[in-house]
Amino acid sequence: MWGLVSRGPGRGLLLALALGGLARAGGVEVEPGDAHGESGGFQVVTFEWAHVQDPYVIALWILVASVAKIGFHLSHKVTSVVPESALLIVLGLVLGGIVWAADHIASFTLTPTVFFFYLLPPIVLDAGYFMPNRLFFGNLGTILLYAVVGTVWNAATTGLSLYGVFLSGLMGDLKIGLLDFLLFGSLIAAVDPVAVLAVFEEVHVNEVLFIIVFGESLLNDAVTVVLYNVFESFVALGGDNVTGLDCVKGIVSFFVVSLGGTLVGVIFAFLLSLVTRFTKHVRIIEPGFVFIISYLSYLTSEMLSLSAILAITFCGICCQKYVKANISEQSATTVRYTMKMLASGAETIIFMFLGISAVNPFIWTWNTAFVLLTLVFISVYRAIGVVLQTWLLNRYRMVQLEPIDQVVLSYGGLRGAVAFALVVLLDGEKVKEKNLFVSTTIIVVFFTVIFQGLTIKPLVQWLKVKRSEHREPRLNEKLHGRAFDHILSAIEDISGQIGHNYLRDKWSHFDRKFLSRVLMRRSAQKSRDRILNVFHELNLKDAISYVAEGERRGSLAFIRSPSTDNMVNVDFTPRSSTVEASVSYLLRENVSAVCLDMQSLEQRRRSIRDAEDMVTHHTLQQYLYKPRQEYKHLYSRHELTPTEDEKQDREIFHRTMRKRLESFKTTKLGLNQNKKAAKMYKRERAQKRRNSSIPNGKLPTENPVQNFTIKEKDLELSDTEEHPNYDEEMSGGIEFLASVTKDTASDSPAGDTGSDTPLTGRSSPRHGPPAAAAAAPEKPLIPARLQRPRAPSPVPPAPAQNPESAAARPRARRRPALLKLASLPPSCHAPPHALEQEETPL
Amino acid sequence: MGAAHSASEEVRELEGKTGFSSDQIEQLHRRFKQLSGDQPTIRNLRKGPSGLADEINFEDFLTIMSYFRPIDTSMDEEQVELSRKEKLRFLFHMYDSDSDGRITLEEYRNVVEELLSGNPHIEKESARSIADGAMMEAASVCVGQMEPDQVYEGITFEDFLKIWQGIDIETKMHVRFLNMETMALCH
Repeated sequence: MWGLVSRGPGRGLLLALALGGLARAGGVEVEPGDAHGESGGFQVVTFEWAHVQDPYVIALWILVASVAKIGFHLSHKVTSVVPESALLIVLGLVLGGIVWAADHIASFTLTPTVFFFYLLPPIVLDAGYFMPNRLFFGNLGTILLYAVVGTVWNAATTGLSLYGVFLSGLMGDLKIGLLDFLLFGSLIAAVDPVAVLAVFEEVHVNEVLFIIVFGESLLNDAVTVVLYNVFESFVALGGDNVTGLDCVKGIVSFFVVSLGGTLVGVIFAFLLSLVTRFTKHVRIIEPGFVFIISYLSYLTSEMLSLSAILAITFCGICCQKYVKANISEQSATTVRYTMKMLASGAETIIFMFLGISAVNPFIWTWNTAFVLLTLVFISVYRAIGVVLQTWLLNRYRMVQLEPIDQVVLSYGGLRGAVAFALVVLLDGEKVKEKNLFVSTTIIVVFFTVIFQGLTIKPLVQWLKVKRSEHREPRLNEKLHGRAFDHILSAIEDISGQIGHNYLRDKWSHFDRKFLSRVLMRRSAQKSRDRILNVFHELNLKDAISYVAEGERRGSLAFIRSPSTDNMVNVDFTPRSSTVEASVSYLLRENVSAVCLDMQSLEQRRRSIRDAEDMVTHHTLQQYLYKPRQEYKHLYSRHELTPTEDEKQDREIFHRTMRKRLESFKTTKLGLNQNKKAAKMYKRERAQKRRNSSIPNGKLPTENPVQNFTIKEKDLELSDTEEHPNYDEEMSGGIEFLASVTKDTASDSPAGDTGSDTPLTGRSSPRHGPPAAAAAAPEKPLIPARLQRPRAPSPVPPAPAQNPESAAARPRARRRPALLKLASLPPSCHAPPHALEQEETPL
Repeated sequence: MGAAHSASEEVRELEGKTGFSSDQIEQLHRRFKQLSGDQPTIRNLRKGPSGLADEINFEDFLTIMSYFRPIDTSMDEEQVELSRKEKLRFLFHMYDSDSDGRITLEEYRNVVEELLSGNPHIEKESARSIADGAMMEAASVCVGQMEPDQVYEGITFEDFLKIWQGIDIETKMHVRFLNMETMALCH
């Protein structure tokens, strides 16, 4: 099964030796291990290399590939110029050379079985599951044309031209007929999804271009499979026995294979969505369903000899919406990461083994004319095909494909491991020149991946191809986009046209009416709206940036300080220049700077959102808030503390809103803020005491901020520098520390008072620095209206944690606002939307 | 072929005004007649709020449609920019229901509520808060730094243009007006 694993212990050992000293000890002790049966007595330690050999070697290979990846990324310069896939191939060549030098038998090759059953599915599933559906279906016509007509064109022209040259005698004497050439043409014609993904991911061309190349590489599988199968059986039959009926059968089989594969994918997607609807009580294995059922779709269509790639692609495409809605947030993150990890790992292994497989003198048969002509033909015919098809398409396309795009399209036709696996699959008995085909394929793959991969980036830069721009999701954009969809479908309807928009509208109607009802949880149906999602996302981001701001200022004093005065006017202006100190901000900054690709939210190295999720969770857990409920520190394999973070998020939001509402009311009514706040504070305290599970009778008398600082010190987070003033209060805090370590819930008072206030200073949780990262530096817009002077807060603000600057600036700025405030009529105290904002429910 | 055909002068005039080809105009005219029930105008059946036109004639109909024409590839920069502006102005008016040149929060909220009304599970409140959030965003994009006592009153057309900066409206706001007969399929 594991073809890439060595078959004899000796080879395995040699490999291990080649890999380093790790297994050397093992090599020495194999003998005692083998001999242990004879020695009779009971051995405390036995060494059984043979027992673990296969999985061990596999694991070692994966480890080597992964470590190599780390190595590549140590030097940013190298990876920014050379695509990773090329580096991996070279590494594979080197490793293959070492193994060859040690063993002289190349047994570590990429076998078709391993490739098709284990390495390819994760990559394709990943592609389907994170497919930008709207873009994909919007360009489906173009993609299909390139995938079907383009591939057939490539296969036919390459095969026929090679045959023509062969007839002219330039290649010398070869034992091949027309059908062999066509077979070779069909397997070398297909653009490879793995190679395309690996290279284009780093190039960041605009999204339309990307989706066309990428979609083509995925969908052409059906064509490749059919052509390959047809010609292989023709070759087996012998050229003379092929009848017209067989050709018709071939064409029919194309439709069966492609539509059948798609259908299998859709059916399994339906199944998967349905299953995830009912996994509420088995959250922990939820992500497993996604992988297992998708994999089953792949295997099923393979079993029915349909297009497996199409099946798993469409399974991913169709299920993504429902699955993402159904599974819990944590499961979604798990799925996302696992999928990315599997795909990335598989890709790494594929390219490395492509390199290793090439080191095998037995497969090399050189024929200069054949190899060179193949290279020339595939490039030239690809270009011609693209130009012809684009000319046709541009008559119907709204967004024209410019000549520059066409250059990239033709140049991006990378061949890869699929072609290699197919050529290795050939039967040497029937295809006489199999070795020539294999070596030519390897050359083609290496040429396209390494040479074209290397040069495509400079080419794209030189041609000034429209790049994809990464933008923060903006609420306005989403809203307008939604408005557009409605307007356009209405206009299409009125003017009596049936277009994309009309169809999309009908589909989303159908989806909402029937599909979602069946496939989505009831709760998910509710919250499933893109606009809401963006809103939620931006809200979270705001919270994060707020915390980041706090970190930057050294501790979260300004957030935590119970007195809202201090932070109302926190100045966010110097954000871009000074925020570096904040870890989370850095993280985000880096990621977004590097990742300009269209699939920014999806692609593996661009998991901005993941990073942010993590940061959110991290920061929220560390700093902000612990719910009043008792934490259970129980281990259970089957249950995670469910939706804890979610609850926190929501609760924080609610409380912030409530508090802000209160403060607003007092502002408006001119109540004494001080008293009110004090009252509220007391009340909350009391409530907390009641609800709190820990016996913290002392707690309320402590300054909550102390608790926090101590906790923070414990955690050694970014701002643990010693503030001298801490020490004075430390003695009081230490008592508390004991309870802190005992139960995290005791953290709540500190978190509470802090978390309630942070957003007050800002007009809305939405209005956030990161969202406006691109825009000019900003200050809170409307909140100035909400401010009013307050006497020192009921709780003494933490002395040490208020950086002078943070406190001083707001105060200085507040005064003019106040003066103005006083002169305004009461009704103007807050613009209406600020008022409404206070009532925002989540 | 009807009236549009006989009055070919009229058609030519409309062609110049709206940029449709005569085929398309004919096509749309047929559609127009179908909608109006062979009357010269379409009457507003729904008793909408004031400010809506009571009836529109064919020329108005065409003008509206022409906003959704795809941008010609032969157009130069300036024309593209112009047509972009025109499209946006049309859009702006859809938001600005009292046509005072400003999309106020109230108006924006109404739009958002309408937009989200397709989903029965979303309460009005959240729609409103979204509109508020969007308004904030608009304010931060358009005005940038605000004085503490400044109030953002609404999105003006200039602000609207700013918001749309970088969004490819040309590729979004278009409908393919075919020359073929598709009406029959619609009904």
